[in-house]
Amino acid sequence: MNNNPDFSYQGVMSRKNRIMKQAVGIDYDQFELEGIAFDYDAMMNKAGYSLEEVRKIQEETNVGKTPLFEMHNLTKLVRLHAEPGKGARIFIKDEACNPSGSFKARRASLSCYQAQKQGYRGVISATSGNYGAAVASQSAMRGLNCIVVQELFDSQDLSQPEIMEKGRACEAYGAEVVQLSVGPELFYKFLILLEETQYFNASLYTPFGIAGIETLGYELAEQVRRTVGKDPAAVLITHAGGGNVTGTARGLQKAGCKDTDVIGISVDLSGLHMASDHDFNRKSFTTGHTGFGVPFATWPDRADVPRNAARSLRYLDRYYTVTQGEVFYMTELLAQLEGLERGPAGNTSLAGAFALAREMDRDDVIVVQETEYTGAGKHPSPQLTFARKLGIAVKRGKPEESIPGQNIIIPESPAQIAVKRVDLDNLKKSYLKKVAQEKGGGALSPVELDYLAAELKTSTGWVEKHYGKAGG
Amino acid sequence: MEKAQTGDWVQVFKVVLKPEERAPGLPPETAKVPLTMKVKGFLIDQSAAVGDQVAIRTATGRKVEGKLIGINPAYEIDYGRPQPELLNIGFETRSLLSGEADKQ
Repeated sequence: MNNNPDFSYQGVMSRKNRIMKQAVGIDYDQFELEGIAFDYDAMMNKAGYSLEEVRKIQEETNVGKTPLFEMHNLTKLVRLHAEPGKGARIFIKDEACNPSGSFKARRASLSCYQAQKQGYRGVISATSGNYGAAVASQSAMRGLNCIVVQELFDSQDLSQPEIMEKGRACEAYGAEVVQLSVGPELFYKFLILLEETQYFNASLYTPFGIAGIETLGYELAEQVRRTVGKDPAAVLITHAGGGNVTGTARGLQKAGCKDTDVIGISVDLSGLHMASDHDFNRKSFTTGHTGFGVPFATWPDRADVPRNAARSLRYLDRYYTVTQGEVFYMTELLAQLEGLERGPAGNTSLAGAFALAREMDRDDVIVVQETEYTGAGKHPSPQLTFARKLGIAVKRGKPEESIPGQNIIIPESPAQIAVKRVDLDNLKKSYLKKVAQEKGGGALSPVELDYLAAELKTSTGWVEKHYGKAGG
Repeated sequence: MEKAQTGDWVQVFKVVLKPEERAPGLPPETAKVPLTMKVKGFLIDQSAAVGDQVAIRTATGRKVEGKLIGINPAYEIDYGRPQPELLNIGFETRSLLSGEADKQ
């Protein structure tokens, strides 16, 4: 660091690449191919760890090996409204059993291992989610300092209850929590902290952050096979930044699950702007929603590392949304019918599972791959109490009448729980539009074509056809 | 007025970016307000009251300066009120399930 650094927004952002390079210990340049293309597989193989290594590292800090439970009563409830022969068996992986109470411990475990191995004194993470507590908890075990940077409050000094709880958890594990008002310049403050402390960037989006989740997909495949003697028909993943989808799907692939559908589910928060000081507290879900799910799918490299290891369109077979009210309803069902007080995050994919199980065969197995610990702030009652305070109407009714930020409609019957399909082709076309912008409309090289086909889980023909329409 | 002494656990507030210093392209309601920060730590100053400019030592040992806004601040997180719209869901669905059990 020079003696008179420029701390203006532009000044810090201009040092972004240098700061990030120092803070993750990965030379991303070595994976660049040409134009927009980079070698994703090489990055994952070279910078990440093998599944066996990950398992060993996670054992050191008590991560993983969480139980898989069958949701007998939820399945029974689904079958009440299903056609004869329909109504798949629903299972849930109780990731709340991880040390910090969520699957995020898997992601943090490798980052903190890597930081320790490379001799960093501490780690920093920019997150308002469970990942903060996960990094704080893993740092505590490895004797590293930890700073978590959160977006927490609006200009009226109102804080999101769920994020307040997540901050409290970080402090409980001994971390320093830097709490910011609404705005994307969180990244600016994050860079300043990395520069000042020279700590490791425990990003959610490094190969370490993703490799840590592969064990989740692998474990669940083993558990389902052991329990029912076959592979799951579908695994449902609450989708936000794309890491959960990417890591779980890679783990399923490594376990050899060829016919398992990888399905992403997000809470529909369409119409609410992610950088809006006004909208910030009118979201009753702080993650697992479309505000992250859609932009990160269509342009993964918006992350806090040069190349994002979480690339959901490479892995998603289908993507659906559910409403906020449906997730609150499912949270209630999980507690009252299955005796598990969990959530919110995993209950987003649980709502999806409940709807999709109805259409699937009776002997199919559908897996919800996470739960998270719940508590003050995170539970439906504080979230809905807070929503009412902000003038959001809460009532029973038809989920399709939901308007994010204006009302929350709690279903009147389990038969109303439904998913809304997001057309993945449209997301892929948005991705290509962004590529066309980046390239100023220039033609794609054969290397770029192959890269995009893999990136979008499609053919080079499809890419060529639609890139042309995107303005290429 | 309550005063914090050296070593007390406190919270400070600081403006990180004034509205005119913020990133381009923000929604207007965000662009017109500053980006602000709150951090907790142990008070370095000998004695200070809420509103004073102070320095703190954070959990990682960093020194941060800002306006004192809380002395041993409480965690203001709770379970809110039971929600009438959720209270009947368990009863309703258990009835559905037991109805089905009767049929079998």
